[in-house]
Amino acid sequence: MFPRIVYESFRRQARRKLLAGIAITLGVAVATAMIAVATDIGDKINRELRSYGANLVVTPQEDTLDVEVGGVNLKPPSDGAFLNEADLPKIRGTFWHHNIVGFSPMLPVTVKLGGSQFSALSSPDVTLVGTYFNKALTFGKDEFSTGVRITHPWWKVSCGDGKESPNCTWPADDSQNVLLGERLAAKLGKKPGDTIEVSGRQLTISGMLTTGAAEDDQIVAPLAVPQQIIGKPGAVRRVYVSALTKPQDALAVRDPKTMTPEVYDRWYCSPYVQSIAYQLQEVIPHSHAEQIRQVAQNEGTVLSRIKGLMLLVTFAALFASALAVSAAMATAIFERRVEVGLMKALGAGNLTVSAFFFAEALLLALVGGIAGFSAGALLARQIGRSIFNSQISIEPVLFPIILAIAVFVTFAGSAAAIRRAVKFDPVFALRGEG
Amino acid sequence: MKMTMSSTPDALLTPKKVADRRSASPHISMFGRMLLRAAVLRRRRAASALLAMIVAAAVATAMMNLYVDVQAKLRSEFRNYGANVVIVARDGQSLPADAIARVETVLGSNTLAVPFAYAVARTKDGQSVVVVGTDFARARQLNHWWKVSHWPDAPNQALIGMRAASVVISRASPDRQPFELTFRGNTIQLAPAGMLQTGAGEDSRIYLDQSEFQNWTGVAPSTIEVAANGTATEVESSIHELAQILPTADVRPVRQIMEGEANVLNKTRATLYASATLVVLTSALCVLATLIGWVFDRRRDFAIMKALGASERLVNGFFAAEAAALGVVGAIVGFFIGIGVAAWIGRVNFHAPVVPRFSVFPYVLAGSVAVALISAILPIELLRRVQPAIILRGE
Repeated sequence: MFPRIVYESFRRQARRKLLAGIAITLGVAVATAMIAVATDIGDKINRELRSYGANLVVTPQEDTLDVEVGGVNLKPPSDGAFLNEADLPKIRGTFWHHNIVGFSPMLPVTVKLGGSQFSALSSPDVTLVGTYFNKALTFGKDEFSTGVRITHPWWKVSCGDGKESPNCTWPADDSQNVLLGERLAAKLGKKPGDTIEVSGRQLTISGMLTTGAAEDDQIVAPLAVPQQIIGKPGAVRRVYVSALTKPQDALAVRDPKTMTPEVYDRWYCSPYVQSIAYQLQEVIPHSHAEQIRQVAQNEGTVLSRIKGLMLLVTFAALFASALAVSAAMATAIFERRVEVGLMKALGAGNLTVSAFFFAEALLLALVGGIAGFSAGALLARQIGRSIFNSQISIEPVLFPIILAIAVFVTFAGSAAAIRRAVKFDPVFALRGEG
Repeated sequence: MKMTMSSTPDALLTPKKVADRRSASPHISMFGRMLLRAAVLRRRRAASALLAMIVAAAVATAMMNLYVDVQAKLRSEFRNYGANVVIVARDGQSLPADAIARVETVLGSNTLAVPFAYAVARTKDGQSVVVVGTDFARARQLNHWWKVSHWPDAPNQALIGMRAASVVISRASPDRQPFELTFRGNTIQLAPAGMLQTGAGEDSRIYLDQSEFQNWTGVAPSTIEVAANGTATEVESSIHELAQILPTADVRPVRQIMEGEANVLNKTRATLYASATLVVLTSALCVLATLIGWVFDRRRDFAIMKALGASERLVNGFFAAEAAALGVVGAIVGFFIGIGVAAWIGRVNFHAPVVPRFSVFPYVLAGSVAVALISAILPIELLRRVQPAIILRGE
């Protein structure tokens, strides 16, 4: 009898049930999407923060002092210590290699520009920086590519007019083509396609580089070019590493030498900027890795602010959808006092009537919850794709949690209405004085 | 007035009592009285509808307030990244002596502008090192990320970069031994005040107070780093104005900072916008569900009014006025609660109060009334097709 009443109730009042079901579906969908976005936003914003550039720099341990003013290096080019280019792919072998977005080696050298037009200018000193643009590398079986296009996303290559064009492109990493900083280009009167004589080599200019920093006055070339100029193959002055990190806390700043083995393991296995720096020093011999505080220190604050904000907004969304679901349920039940009166007049107890309503609510919540979860997953994916250009994945573990929340909220929303419906005098209900 | 009476428990009042009470009450139009009595006699249902309205308006207000204010809040967080505009004198010249004052007149005195002057000096044993003259108080405000063990607070004290320390401080006596630097034959005695650590170029430099630096080297500032406030377009126009008042210098945006900020801010704003839309829609749905139930529940009032000969316009007007009144009251109360919620979120998350935006009130009000009207009109449309007699018979 009990299942039949429930079944008939759904069959005969399909429209009303549909309305309540839609309310539950929408509420659950919003809740699911918001929870998915809020759990993933940290990672997404962390990746966006990488557009501020590298947060770690690796230098030789015994490096001499940089003497650099306004982007011009006054230090003799062969002076000081170097890192070995062959060690760089090992960065992919660190514990947190999945968190390392990219790295770029840098080798600045001071060069004299050659060519007939410089006889009067007595051949100016210019800094030429060698780096990876987007170099394909392998570590073990792992193939990847890295370079300034990943770690320095604000670097723009153009034909000198600020607009991107197919004629002016990033040079290939194995070519003798270079990028000319836009202010240097203006000073020299060069344009893309021209050649430039640097220390007796003819290099082709493939584009103008705009960075808003010292590189605007420099020449940027594939790493092999300055290595050949100073005659030190494999030499790298410093490496910029861009890594996804966790905001710093009390544990992060402790000195690993003073930790107990247990604390050390926890520190080592957390993606703090300090522990990643420590691991970089482990894999690159004779190196010193340090956080670039301007980038590393600030991203923690920005990240925690945005995460906190999204958490609070998610609570607001959960609250609003809980309210919407309970309002819809209360309305649906309130309308059916006549039925309650009839059932009670036929001898049904309060318990039976409540059980009947709760069974209906449970069914609605389950159906609405499943539909809402799928809709919410789609919504989250849509948000991820349109805002962050990447997937927001939904943890399957969320499904039972969302379903439980849906059932709980539906019950809570129905409870007050069911109590009132049950307490209503059957005589009034049957007389139609609801 | 019988119609409102019939559906309530206190319908058992005698006609005389009712007449007395009615004559004692101030005279208002029949329409107004119907509205008032409907609200008073069905206060439980009216209260629950009003509550839904208030909650929805509060949530909507809080979200709109946050959406507008969070961008300003985040922008001030982004200013911790330091300068976003840099002014560089052309080719080895130095900037005019009043450059900082000029920058401040253009951008207002709450803008941070920090001068830097550079020179390459030699230590006693002939090592080259870059020495920078700056205003410590300003640099400290601009560059929050500088890790400094002790800021200079006495004359002839210098801030030593971590790497530069190896050149000027002998390993034998690491405590604050004064050291000498020579620039073009002029020698200065400096005492190390503290160590500076940034992980970037600053680590291999020595920082001095600007006036001491200028007395020693005669070199005036060649660079000013500016933290310009405001949106991207405001910063853009600041750059333009700066270029006009300082014609001898290059004014450049720091692309690394500007683009990073624009990127993160845009994504955050879009996410917040999507979430706010979802939350506002859900709360509108909540109001819709509650109000439809409320109006539907009063189909007997509707039937009696029609049975007594009320015109369609009057009945519709009555329900619409009721819904509108509910929307207005709910919007006003909800608005103030929402502002409170936004202020609380601002304090908890950003440790700064969110300024109440009264400009969102018209939107909240219009939205509330619109949702209330829609939820009143939908059930009336359904009821209109039904004969009053059928409703009154209780079917």
